[in-house]
Amino acid sequence: MTDAFEPRILAYCCRYCAYAAADLAGSMRLAYPPNVRIVQVPCTGRIDALFLLRAIEAGADGVYVAGCLEGECHFLEGNLRARKRVDFVKGVLGEIGLEPERVEMFNLSSAMGPRFAEIARDMTERIRRLGPSPLRTDDASGETALGRCA
Amino acid sequence: MNRASLTGAVVVSGGGIAGIQASLDLAYAGYKVYLVERSPAIGGVMAQLDKTFPTNDCAMCIMSPKLVEVGRHPDIEILTLSEIRGIEGEPGSFRVTVEQKPRYIDLEKCIACGRCAGKCPKKVVDRFNRGLSQRRAAYVLYPQAVPLKYLIDEAECIYLQKKKCGACAKICPAGAVNFEDRARQLTLEAGAVIFSSGFEPFDPSAIDTLGYGRIPDVLTSLEFERILSASGPTRGHLKRPSDGAEPRKIAWLQCIGSRDINRSENFHCSSVCCMYAIKQAIIAKEHADPPLEGAIFYMDMRTHGKGFEDCYNQAREKHGIRFVRSRVHTVDPSPSGGGAILRYVGEDGLPSREEFDLVVLSIGLQSERPLRERLQELGIALTEGRFVRTDTFDPTATTRKGIYVCGALSGPKDIPQSVIEAEGAALRAGADLAPARHRLTSRPPVTAERDLRGEPPRVGVFVCHCGININGVVDVPAVRDYARSLPYVTYVTDNLYSCSQDTQNLIRAKIEEEGLNRVVIAACSPKTHEPLFQKTLADAGVNKYLLEFVNIRNQDSWVHMEDPPAATAKAKELLRMAVSKAVLLSPLAEEEIQILPRALVVGGGIAGMAAAKALSSQGYPVEIVEREAELGGQARFLHRTARGEEISSRLADLIREVETDPRITVHRHAELIQVEGFVGNFRSTIRQGTETKTVEHGVTFLATGAREHRPEEYLYGEDPRVITGLELDRRLRRKDPRLGELQRAVFIQCVGSREPSRPYCSRVCCTHTMISALELLDRNPQAQVVVLYRDIRTYGEREGLYLEARKRGVIFIRYDLEDKPRVRATPAGLVVEALDPILGRRIALGTDLLVLAAAVVPHESTELARFFKVPVNADGFFVEAHVKLNPAAFATEGVFLCGLAHYPKPIDESVAQAQAAAAAATVLLARGKLTAVGTTARVEPLFCSSCGVCLAVCPYQAPRFSEKGPFAGRAEINTALCKGCGLCVASCRSGAIQLQGFTDAQTIAMIEAAVSG
Repeated sequence: MTDAFEPRILAYCCRYCAYAAADLAGSMRLAYPPNVRIVQVPCTGRIDALFLLRAIEAGADGVYVAGCLEGECHFLEGNLRARKRVDFVKGVLGEIGLEPERVEMFNLSSAMGPRFAEIARDMTERIRRLGPSPLRTDDASGETALGRCA
Repeated sequence: MNRASLTGAVVVSGGGIAGIQASLDLAYAGYKVYLVERSPAIGGVMAQLDKTFPTNDCAMCIMSPKLVEVGRHPDIEILTLSEIRGIEGEPGSFRVTVEQKPRYIDLEKCIACGRCAGKCPKKVVDRFNRGLSQRRAAYVLYPQAVPLKYLIDEAECIYLQKKKCGACAKICPAGAVNFEDRARQLTLEAGAVIFSSGFEPFDPSAIDTLGYGRIPDVLTSLEFERILSASGPTRGHLKRPSDGAEPRKIAWLQCIGSRDINRSENFHCSSVCCMYAIKQAIIAKEHADPPLEGAIFYMDMRTHGKGFEDCYNQAREKHGIRFVRSRVHTVDPSPSGGGAILRYVGEDGLPSREEFDLVVLSIGLQSERPLRERLQELGIALTEGRFVRTDTFDPTATTRKGIYVCGALSGPKDIPQSVIEAEGAALRAGADLAPARHRLTSRPPVTAERDLRGEPPRVGVFVCHCGININGVVDVPAVRDYARSLPYVTYVTDNLYSCSQDTQNLIRAKIEEEGLNRVVIAACSPKTHEPLFQKTLADAGVNKYLLEFVNIRNQDSWVHMEDPPAATAKAKELLRMAVSKAVLLSPLAEEEIQILPRALVVGGGIAGMAAAKALSSQGYPVEIVEREAELGGQARFLHRTARGEEISSRLADLIREVETDPRITVHRHAELIQVEGFVGNFRSTIRQGTETKTVEHGVTFLATGAREHRPEEYLYGEDPRVITGLELDRRLRRKDPRLGELQRAVFIQCVGSREPSRPYCSRVCCTHTMISALELLDRNPQAQVVVLYRDIRTYGEREGLYLEARKRGVIFIRYDLEDKPRVRATPAGLVVEALDPILGRRIALGTDLLVLAAAVVPHESTELARFFKVPVNADGFFVEAHVKLNPAAFATEGVFLCGLAHYPKPIDESVAQAQAAAAAATVLLARGKLTAVGTTARVEPLFCSSCGVCLAVCPYQAPRFSEKGPFAGRAEINTALCKGCGLCVASCRSGAIQLQGFTDAQTIAMIEAAVSG
């Protein structure tokens, strides 16, 4: 099954930098894997640990937060707070026996279209290596991989 | 000029950052703006930059919101490919003739799909990328261009030259190509004109010894900037042109085409090159892996701006960049074919050779010849350095009445200074036309909002083909059909171009016919198009926040071209996510707060008075609070400006104007003791002696100034022959006869500046010393004047004073911080000992007068900072909202800053900043109200535990504890101040705050929709 595994990845992107970088990657026609779904947020400071955990709980294989470069947050230090929350969630995942690498924080500027594409590629590859999340619901049965194991 | 015939419009010539800022200020203050730009898009040089110093912020990131704002402002008309040919008529009602070149692509029809460029067979050198890459004859200037419209390069187009090809016209899905387009001449009616046409970079190919154009790895700094840029020709990968290898060792050569009267026409210092070279060196090192060696060859390091010296210190100490004090005379090709060999003479006088992989020429800024000739024809006088001439006390006015200037056209300067002048010029132009404010601006009709309460969600989905941009990859009909299956979706359609007027009308009609109360648009990107659709909703009587935008072009079809089925599947998922959120959207209100039309200015120096005068010229009453018994601040002690103007008489004029202005009230011997309220409604208590009074005001200016540092070295205070720079000015002002008899004088620079305890450069002292040294020579041409310095920082055309001082025999001897001069008092005079680095020997200078160029230090301002909740930096200066693009305002809405309290600066820059602050305040005052965004945070007081975290994390001071009512003591958000970032929402421990438009429920609905199915 893992051969056909297509990771489902959620990316929270801040409006000013990461979302704009994603747009620029498009303008530059830079290809990256179609596994990433972007959710736009005004600032990564809005990202609650809940959003990350809820995504994993719902069955996302990976989640990342992409904000402005450190020191360049349009709301001063929202991205630094986001990093702390990402680190916190990594810890939680480790404690419950999931790979902390399923969650990540990235920083990039709005002019970094190529970097956006690279992040999407790297993250997809990373999750592909990790394999499906044990919490992932099987499309047909509604059963999780974890459930099947048990 | 009679008031009725004033034209409430302004022509701004030049669409770089200065022109953009001036246009926005004017449009928001109620004037129609014609922004005339010679190139196909606005943005200017800043759009070509990778990062901006000293913070290394990404240039495009901070600029593109402004580009978009200009592009969609209903009162700004952008005329690209256009130039001013003539200005006739009187100030207040000019007729401006503009020539517009043909674009060959219809601006109205072009949808920027890029198919013309994709099909165009003609490859052309891309000048935007400084010739480092190629584009087609049909092209768009850069990906974020405004207007985002293609054009055809007439000189390169095969059809226009040979009547063959025409491939673009055949492929264009919008029928926008028009080979019959011709040049047009337009006549614009305008009350004032602002020139903001910027500079021309110096072309180093004229200096054959530098090898530019001959040696492939010798680049200009602008070319290197494009190489660093992530959207540039190498996509931000550090590569040298000769062989594409990553350079390991890069040299920057300073003052190429600046401070050079032998090999260029430019005596002036270009002001910005030292900082941009440092910035490029730091960024290059950050890009490089493995480590890169960087060396900057310079004459004087000019890091005289706020945060610059710190950046210079970091470059040396943290990044290990080497600084070599030498002007490189020759660049030779390397025998290896790549890189180049520098030949130079070091400070020790010995010739050296050194090989580098890449050489960057830090080219200077100059005015462009055809433009300056045209300006002269228009009656606008130029300076000796061939920039537009201005006055110290009116720094944006040209010599022709009603015509203003800003940015590098009036002298080389950096982005913040250009932005400051742009705002100043907008203020001056606007003040001339104040009676005609709002006369020519649009007032769009407002449709009443439909009451949606009680209605179940009815979602309309509009899927865009974007020509073939989306449909060529994504199966749009399949996505459309999928949308029908989603809950609450009651209407679905697909459109060829959703942004077209037809579709806008269709959306409006369907909202009415189908009773839609939520709209989902699946199309290009919300960044460019969301406001358009929001407006359509509002026009149809639906709250504009009931729109959800799905990005299926930039983030789908354009990046998954090789996998159409996956792109289609992704489009469906994205749509499902959007619909699930849309169902949960609620109408949001944009709150308005009234702005009391009165300003309070703290500080009655030059900056405070200039701000007060500027506000009064716009018709607003002003209160000045001055601590001392008289107005004038530090300018009372100054003798002459760099332009040679006598300060005392000009200051007296300014004080008289302020004191007799019926709209200005001056409170002397007064200080603020208490401040309440926020933007629009401040209440300040002023204490004057034993009395107190309360003033209500809508905006506040902090112009509290600075003072001269009192030296604690070089026998100051112990020997009467040791005085400070300002004390010398005092003697010059009162024409002290002893100065004429003075035989010997020594100046020591950087006294109290650029020291570990006070690391910043005081910016004004080098120029001030030149003025004083020349004055001493005027009084006694035989006098021997010596200046002991670390770097001479006579930036811009102030360099002319340094040149003159050298010509007239002033001796300059450099010293190091580690080996400062020593002073001894002897009965025969003072003796100053220093190490002469050129002689390599210690010398002793006898002198009758020792002048210490003492630092400029800010006043203590903790109290004021607390009153207005504004930040102060480690050096004690106030911190502006944004270093580059908002240099005269605080992040706290309605509070502005100007003058020395921001950073040391000469009078012209203080006046410009005061005018800039007044211009920004005028935007608020002219509208009379502030409209907050609807997507603000909101507290559910029942859940609030009064912990105060939201108060602590908010960068804008929006949360506060409510004082009365049933929820007294619980947090509430002042929506007028909230910017909707959501920091408090995610930080709230009680889950009591929600960000409207991004609530937990909405976001979780999206998460679940993304992962399910």
